[in-house]
Amino acid sequence: MDSVTARHRDGEPDTVFEPTPVASAPPPAPVFPFSAIVGQDAMREALLIAAVDPLIGGVLVLGDRGTGKSTAIRALAALLPPMRAVAGCPYACDPEAPAAACPHCAGGAPRRAETRAVPVVDLPLGATEDRVVGALDLERALTRGERAFEPGLLARANRGFLYIDEVNLLEDHIVDLLLDVAASGINTVEREGLSLRHPARFVLVGSGNPEEGELRPQLLDRFGLACEVATPADIPTRVAVVRARDAFERDPAGFHAAHAAAERATRETILAARARLGAVAVPDAALEQAARLCLALGTDGLRGELTLMRAARALAALDGAATVGDAHLARVAPAALRHRLRRNPLDEAGSTARVARAVAEVFAA
Amino acid sequence: METPWTTALRVAALLAADPHGFGGVVVRAGAGPVRDRWLDTLRTLLDARPLRRLPPGTGDDRLIGGLDLPATLALGRPVLGRGLLAEADGGVLVVPMAERTSPATSARLAAALDAGTVAVERDGIGARHPARIGLVLLDEGEGDETVPEALADRLAFRIDLGGIGLGETRAPGARASSSRADGSSAFPPTAERGGSAAAGAGHDVPPYDHEGTPVRDPVATLCTTAAALGIASPRGPLLALRVARRIAGAGAVDAAALAEAARLVLAPRATCLPASEATAPDPDETPQDAADDEARDGSATEPPPDDGPRDEPRDASPGPAPEDLVLSAARAAIPADLLATLAGGASGKAAARAGRFGAGAPDPRRGRPAGARAGDPRRGRLDLVATLRAAAPWQRLRPGPQPVRVRASDLRVRRLVRAPETTTIVCVDASGSAARERLAEAKGAVELMLAEAYARRDRVALVAFRGAGAALVLPPTRALARARRDLAGLPGGGGTPLAAGLDAAAALARGVARGGGRPVVVVLTDGRANVARSGAGGRAAARADAEAAARALAALAVPVLVLDTGAAGEGARALAEAARARYVPLPRADAGALAAAARGAGA
Repeated sequence: MDSVTARHRDGEPDTVFEPTPVASAPPPAPVFPFSAIVGQDAMREALLIAAVDPLIGGVLVLGDRGTGKSTAIRALAALLPPMRAVAGCPYACDPEAPAAACPHCAGGAPRRAETRAVPVVDLPLGATEDRVVGALDLERALTRGERAFEPGLLARANRGFLYIDEVNLLEDHIVDLLLDVAASGINTVEREGLSLRHPARFVLVGSGNPEEGELRPQLLDRFGLACEVATPADIPTRVAVVRARDAFERDPAGFHAAHAAAERATRETILAARARLGAVAVPDAALEQAARLCLALGTDGLRGELTLMRAARALAALDGAATVGDAHLARVAPAALRHRLRRNPLDEAGSTARVARAVAEVFAA
Repeated sequence: METPWTTALRVAALLAADPHGFGGVVVRAGAGPVRDRWLDTLRTLLDARPLRRLPPGTGDDRLIGGLDLPATLALGRPVLGRGLLAEADGGVLVVPMAERTSPATSARLAAALDAGTVAVERDGIGARHPARIGLVLLDEGEGDETVPEALADRLAFRIDLGGIGLGETRAPGARASSSRADGSSAFPPTAERGGSAAAGAGHDVPPYDHEGTPVRDPVATLCTTAAALGIASPRGPLLALRVARRIAGAGAVDAAALAEAARLVLAPRATCLPASEATAPDPDETPQDAADDEARDGSATEPPPDDGPRDEPRDASPGPAPEDLVLSAARAAIPADLLATLAGGASGKAAARAGRFGAGAPDPRRGRPAGARAGDPRRGRLDLVATLRAAAPWQRLRPGPQPVRVRASDLRVRRLVRAPETTTIVCVDASGSAARERLAEAKGAVELMLAEAYARRDRVALVAFRGAGAALVLPPTRALARARRDLAGLPGGGGTPLAAGLDAAAALARGVARGGGRPVVVVLTDGRANVARSGAGGRAAARADAEAAARALAALAVPVLVLDTGAAGEGARALAEAARARYVPLPRADAGALAAAARGAGA
């Protein structure tokens, strides 16, 4: 290198800032607490609903840059109460009701139960097919010459969450795999001389920025709820967002401690809602309203109606209500239906506005 | 005296202090000695920490990591090769030609910036490595070409080395020494003017004299400033806050630190000028005037009165409030070219900001290679090397007499990605008396664009509307001969069914987008619609229909350009607003200007 230095001003050295020390081991990155997220009520509500009733089929979060999409999803993972699973089962089967397709638990051997954290599995971009569906265990093949199945990400996500950031950039062939498994809840592996099936029922959570690529309609349909997030427009909310983030970055442990009570309360709410979910009554009137809403919007198939119903019930459970009412339906309708509308070229309004309009019309009648 | 070069050095010093915390920097400059010198400086400052380069087109195996085949075969157990993201942990990753970064690569880089780790789930190996990197995006883009916004948004700094001469980078002694006696502040603001560099910059921070006074609420100050500059993403003020903290060091964040942070982080992100200064200021105004102006700006963008901390009594410091200072510092540092764009009122929110290098569409037959994937070679092209790589680790497990035992599951096919092709849809008003002339111009423009289409791999289509409806005169094509033939018989005259024309253009644009193309709509009209969608006459209904059609066009989120061929200020401007289109008054369009404007819309 030549005489270039970071000096100027008569040879006086330019300010060299103290480098931040770099630790060698990767510490588990602290997660921003769910309860401390400022604003974005729709997204938080959708995530809570999915946590209460996993059968709703996942959440898609679409929105602007820097709106805390990934933050919220990772935060939810940290919040979830642990679950019981069959000890040693790579698919984390429920000890009460192991999946019929589970190769581990099907043998009828005595099952011990253990407590595990609910899996939240990241599907990183660039993941290869073999890691997603599972493949021959390379280590054992090389070192011992054995042919053994190594479960992939889909197996790890069973009974938990599968999170895909930038879901719209996922490679097509990985999307195809997901579509099939998400619909059936079973992963069928037929490769490298292996042939097996295992349970893979998970809540699909995706996030992305629609400006960077459209989502395939088939994948869109697999998500139960879709919410749109936008940057807060008013300055006080923005100040609160930056302030919270700043406080967290400067003192993660202290920030966590400050929000521990709120986190616990949210966790209790989820547990209580799960316990109450089966008892929430769905009156015929609510079913009719849901059907009318879907009819007014012209959504395809019954999935919209079913999701609307389930989501409204989960919301009622979260609210502590005994029956599903119009208010619940109206609140979840945008998230449950906005991604199922057929595009109407003559209607320039966005899908969210169209749902809102239909809700107003149906519930006014 | 702050020159662009000292600013660049300052950014290098800050970045080297905490590459991951600040995310990195977008360096806009052509390849050349100035940029090399800046990178050398950064390398020196980074000292022992890594500085890696990411060559364009790097595959996932090198970026993220994957099975290290030679080591795996040699050792007889799986060995994970670390990718560039993991190798650059603690240091920076330099991305040359960043404006050509594909959405896929930028998403991987963004994930590493967000998480500080890289997750490898590839080639039978799962692992997680630390990847606390900062990015240096070398942006060599021209015109509208920019680095991916998703990535730039996460980086604190943006610098432009464009106007810097090599001499400035070489002679530090030529500059006046710091006028600050105590030297306690990292950034001494001075009122000195002089040196050739000042001409290029022209945005001095106005003098102020109460630095060292801690600002009561730095967060609110930065958020207010960001809002005044039209910065939507909360990452702007957040990164500015980190920078201010680093500048202030152990002490409290003072006005000087905030002002510099705003200057370095917020100013280059500005998307609008502070409210009261929508017109371009005179660059030669005296510092006193500037200070007055900026004080006014600040007051116009004060936060709501219920914003607690501001109500507390401040120290009786002379001079403007810190908010005003920070905003004026940021405002003064808005790069000259950006300033011109903003003052010109150009829409900063183009619908498609992905640039021409948008999302590539996978194509089984043509395109540039983008890695390999498992597949059937009968439906794709076999990638022999990737296939052998896939087969290699399993050789021990597969008995057989063949020297290499390849199974069907090893077969890999090339993945090809095709850059989307732009289709310019020219939608021309063929009605009324002036039609003949305007049509001739449109035809000329289409032919000019087609003449370039071969090199640009673009297609052109022409929709004409007149009388009771619209017709697709020229379906998307890049064949010049065919276009000439189809255009020759195009009649003119009759009413103006603007809505029908826009609907037809929108329908075509949807079709193009569905086919993996990238539509650009150019509307050539005076905006005086007089035929409604129903085909009936009547100005009011026709206008309402036209505006609805324009809004539908806007909902498609494709770039739209409205060329106003009438007297400016009539219907066409309102139409352009409804369609969220770029508006260009072109009362006497000639074919060349038309083609040039359409090119601009598609770029």
